[in-house]
Amino acid sequence: MKVLLVDDSVTMRRIQKTQIGNLGVTEIVEAGDGQEALGVLKNNMPVDLVLLDWNMPIMDGITFLKTVRADATYKDVKIVMCTSESEKSRVVEALKSGANNYIVKPFTPEALKEKLGL
Amino acid sequence: MNVAYINPFIAATVACYKNMMDAEPTQGAPVIKREPFPKYDISGIIGLSGGAQGSISLCYPMQSALATVSKMVGVPITEAGVDLADAIGEIANIVAGFAKRDLAGLNLSISLPNVIISNHVLSGLSGVPTVIVPFTCSLGPFAMEISLKTS
Ligand SMILES: [Mg+2]
Repeated sequence: MKVLLVDDSVTMRRIQKTQIGNLGVTEIVEAGDGQEALGVLKNNMPVDLVLLDWNMPIMDGITFLKTVRADATYKDVKIVMCTSESEKSRVVEALKSGANNYIVKPFTPEALKEKLGL
Repeated sequence: MNVAYINPFIAATVACYKNMMDAEPTQGAPVIKREPFPKYDISGIIGLSGGAQGSISLCYPMQSALATVSKMVGVPITEAGVDLADAIGEIANIVAGFAKRDLAGLNLSISLPNVIISNHVLSGLSGVPTVIVPFTCSLGPFAMEISLKTS
């Protein structure tokens, strides 16, 4: 299983990497914004899962999500939002735009495990 | 400034510490910021816009910041560098974003984090009172400063 972590916070990616690593995932690639993530995704296919932040510079997570969902090449890539954006309207917008699940920061390792289905 | 807007940020701070740091900060009495302004070593600042304008900051003495971030990432962070700044910024981002859930009526947007490292005071929006909420915690004391103008 290959996972792409997309978050502008290096700290957050470090935490996610540790927690996902503890769940047995060994192939992890990273990007610091949506634009960079598009390139990392393209160059690392097949990617099974993207863990996606919302608020990032250059290209935000919702734009990345819509871009990826408009491309059939990536139809099997599971995308789970992992963001501090907590309002119901944001969750609805992300799910409507093709996110498979939604994790609100701050999360526990247990919540991450459950939402990722790992 | 409506004090009802402060509670979601306090609850978000407690949730952040519980989930990410396995710690339980205790909130002190909120006070209106007055001179002489408190000084901090590092602050993570998030701008708020939309149905209200202002900012929310999490403000630390250096020892507290290092202990907090070390706990958060699970490895010792011993210097005031990019790792520390990134982590303090992300804590502020988590607190601001999570608080929005209980402030949905304000339709707030949050900025990307800004972080100040060095001994400093913060200034809020002019003409808008800033509320300081002190916290004690096993990882060391810290404070939250909120300045929010609602129309
Ligand atoms: Mg972010």
